[in-house]
Amino acid sequence: MKRIYAFEERCLGCKLCEVYCKTAHSKSKNIIKANKYENIESAIFIEEVIEKKSIVYFALQCRHCKNPKCVKACISGAMYKGEDGIVRNNSEKCVSCLSCVLVCPFGAIKVGKDGQTISKCDLCVNYGTSLCVDHCPNDAIKLIEENDDCFTKGRL
Amino acid sequence: MLREGKVRIPSGCSISGIIDKTGKRFNGKDIIKSIGLMHERSNGLGGGFAAYGIYPDYKDFYALHIFYDNLNIKKQTDNFLNTYFDIEYNEAIPTKSIPEILEQPIIWRYFVYPKNARLKDTRLSETDFIFKYIMIINRDYDGAYVFSSGKNMGAFKGVGYPEDIGEFYMLENYNAYMWTAHGRFPTNTPGWWGGAHPFTLLNWSIVHNGEISSYDTNRRFVEMYGYVCNLQTDTEVITYLFDLLVRKHHLSIKRTIQAIVAPFWDDIDAMADSKLKNELKYIRAVYSPALINGPFSIIVGFHGGMIALNDRIKLRPLVIAEYNSKVYVSSEESAIKIICNQPDRIWAPEGGEPVIVLLEETKKGASMI
Amino acid sequence: MSLDFDVPSFEILRNKNKCIQCKVCIRQCANMVHFYDKDDNIVCSNNVYCVNCHRCVTLCPTKALIVRKYPLEFRENANWNGAAIREIYKQAKSGGVLLSSMGTTKAFPIYWDKMLLNASQVTNPSIDPLREPMETKVLIGRKPNVIPFDDNDELKTTMPPQIELNIPIMFAGMSYGSISKNAHESLARAATELGTCYNTGEGGLHKDFYKYGNNTIVQVASGRFGVHKDYLNAGVGIEIKIGQGAKPGIGGHLPGKKVGEDVSLTRMIPIGSDAISPAPHHDIYSIEDLRQLIFSLKETTEYRKPIFVKIAAVHNAAAIASGIARAGADAIVIDGFRGGTGAAPTRIRDNVGIPIELALASIDQRLHEEGIRNCVSLIISGSIRNSSDIVKAIALGADAVYIGSAALIALGCHMCHSCSTGKCNWGIATQDPSLVKRLNPDIMYKRLINLITAWNHEIQEMLGGMGINAIDSLKGNRLMLRGIGLNEKELHILGIKHAGE
Repeated sequence: MKRIYAFEERCLGCKLCEVYCKTAHSKSKNIIKANKYENIESAIFIEEVIEKKSIVYFALQCRHCKNPKCVKACISGAMYKGEDGIVRNNSEKCVSCLSCVLVCPFGAIKVGKDGQTISKCDLCVNYGTSLCVDHCPNDAIKLIEENDDCFTKGRL
Repeated sequence: MLREGKVRIPSGCSISGIIDKTGKRFNGKDIIKSIGLMHERSNGLGGGFAAYGIYPDYKDFYALHIFYDNLNIKKQTDNFLNTYFDIEYNEAIPTKSIPEILEQPIIWRYFVYPKNARLKDTRLSETDFIFKYIMIINRDYDGAYVFSSGKNMGAFKGVGYPEDIGEFYMLENYNAYMWTAHGRFPTNTPGWWGGAHPFTLLNWSIVHNGEISSYDTNRRFVEMYGYVCNLQTDTEVITYLFDLLVRKHHLSIKRTIQAIVAPFWDDIDAMADSKLKNELKYIRAVYSPALINGPFSIIVGFHGGMIALNDRIKLRPLVIAEYNSKVYVSSEESAIKIICNQPDRIWAPEGGEPVIVLLEETKKGASMI
Repeated sequence: MSLDFDVPSFEILRNKNKCIQCKVCIRQCANMVHFYDKDDNIVCSNNVYCVNCHRCVTLCPTKALIVRKYPLEFRENANWNGAAIREIYKQAKSGGVLLSSMGTTKAFPIYWDKMLLNASQVTNPSIDPLREPMETKVLIGRKPNVIPFDDNDELKTTMPPQIELNIPIMFAGMSYGSISKNAHESLARAATELGTCYNTGEGGLHKDFYKYGNNTIVQVASGRFGVHKDYLNAGVGIEIKIGQGAKPGIGGHLPGKKVGEDVSLTRMIPIGSDAISPAPHHDIYSIEDLRQLIFSLKETTEYRKPIFVKIAAVHNAAAIASGIARAGADAIVIDGFRGGTGAAPTRIRDNVGIPIELALASIDQRLHEEGIRNCVSLIISGSIRNSSDIVKAIALGADAVYIGSAALIALGCHMCHSCSTGKCNWGIATQDPSLVKRLNPDIMYKRLINLITAWNHEIQEMLGGMGINAIDSLKGNRLMLRGIGLNEKELHILGIKHAGE
């Protein structure tokens, strides 16, 4: 299955992916409203790792694990892995226990500012296109198979 | 309006040519008939003929055909000619007065040979000598124009329909082993006799139908080697290209054609024969400014044969026919059929594919081809 | 003393309704123009540092930013205009030579825009490049006047080395150091895919790029940075750079801060040392010296590579070009004074040299008059902006052109004229790894290919319109050009007629 991969050697740390992730998962789907007024957390998150000579930007987002711990830990059955392999959270069932946040080994599930809603990457399959991938100015984020050429050929 | 030469005038045309490969000579009736059939392809502003083998009695002399605007300039030119040439014989070219042909210039011919001492002084070859002094007349003697300068050949041309020009010059009285003819459709011209075709230089004669788009590239290339394009016509520059490549650069006719209608790079690249590929690449690289571009079909006459040639993508008509020892070339099939009802073979060559017809005697000893 | 007379050049307008405080602008500006005010939760800008490179404007997801000219004006004065006054402020403060980047900004005549092309109508058919072959291949190198054949019509000589270009466009010399490694990689890969060449510039050739050798021209300039035998043999041709259109008579200076480990290795100079190219080559003080260098290079490369000599278009360019041709160069490169640069003294950039169009026309004519035009290739550069500039250049007599600025613009350059600061926000004219990263060669080499492919289509369309199906027949075909709004002298130098003639 295709997953979103971020390549730190290409990532500029501009965090536009976060802006578009929020937009994609907003109610309004309006970039300004979503980022200004809607209480959403981005499901992709750029970590800054400060090294000796430079800063490395590292993108965090759900890996859609084969045996997702979040699904196991979910007490209300909101978190599930679909037949397409994508791990999703059904917000209607979610009771905000935050167990998933606790168990995710990657820290890829985030809690919203209200402390109630959680956000995680669903590959934007419902929107037809992954906005973070589309809007990355440096082609650092890709939606590709795990055996894609770019992992073996070296050239991104 | 400016006279041709002061301004570049594009024109469309009809062309025809006949050669008897055995060298047997025949009069100009057929060629007039052939070119006359294509009356619609010209507009009365130019017609002409070139004939090879017509002056057997003076075959060792350069036959200069000259147009003069007036007697005064003739006198000056005569002086010039007398300075540099021995004139074996000269006379007015006989013409017939016909209503279609008006305002004719003084038309004279001279059979000349470079003065020995002069030739030695200049250290030029004989042909270069002739070339040089003809250029001087055409450039500096306003009102005089040398329109033919080969040996045992001559051009006959003027303002009018070609069939009328043929009648005017009484070409039925000349016998040649090869005739070429031209009917002209200039898009604008005040009608100047020198501007009519064929264009000739030494033994070269060219009749041409088309408007080459590479003109200025070709012109600036030949002018680098001392040619002066007085007429600013395509035919003139094509003639100079042939003269430069064959006479001055000693390229064979085959090589010359490989330069002026060079094969497409794709075709060169696809060639299996690496030797030929290498040769063609070399020729194309060096003679890139000699490539003739844009629509044309031409008949190049020289002593010993003719070349009929189309541009690389055949933007102008050209038909060839054979009958016994004769080969016919024309813009239109009908213009051949009118004089050769049932040719043995008739075909249209591909764009860029030359048809070279040689006299049998030339073929035997031909190193230049 | 903190008194600074200078005022900002640009002003940043931020639409508060649109700004979402995503801080992309802050993260992307190497000039530290934008900053976040935590108390008010707003992003603000400090106009003073802005160079108008458009990086923030381009990346702003809500298009909340506008950069515009700072509206403060001096009292109107046609003589002492704002630029003149501000230059004095700058020099009075710094005591230094004014430096500028990229080509001249002054409104000198652009002759490309004063020439019009011909097209066929009726008497001669135009040719449709989609249906008929349309050749744009050119061969760069020395050609003999005559090809000698023996009595059996066999070649008596072999062709001197030629560089085959599928398109008459090459990427101009821009050194590694002045531009980034990623920029070089983009140029090299694009040239390879397009079947043309890029030029290393004077900074040597990075070891990773030797593999693009078949599409590389290596440059030898007065500093001789990174020049060694393998380097000379790495490309398909060698260019001796005498001068550059943006700064004729002036050398170069790559500040030590741009000389990191890689640049140091490539240039063969210590890390952090200033790389200074002298104004002249100190082994070329005359044309006969040039001949010696040309032949040293030919010896080194066993006469297998054409040698180019690049000069700036100066008053006497025609005579110099003739000398270069006779000195044995296989190609002459003329760089016009509107050409770009990483850094040049402003006064030189704006006042020395002549327009490339006039230089080209007079050089081509001069070489024709001397009967040697066909021996050498003539390549021009110095502000070729589009395909019609190229068509006009070839019609004036060029074999091919180099593009520098245009290629950089395809890579994202926004002509902010700040290359010399080393803070190029587009990752082009910088060695800062975090900025270089912004130029992703995988994206950018394709943009270069797109640009050149598009231009080639346009060239073919124009050729076809003129009834020409090989670029050979455009070269020096000045009848295809007409001047518009030019005086007699200009027409005479360009060797063209006026429109309507």
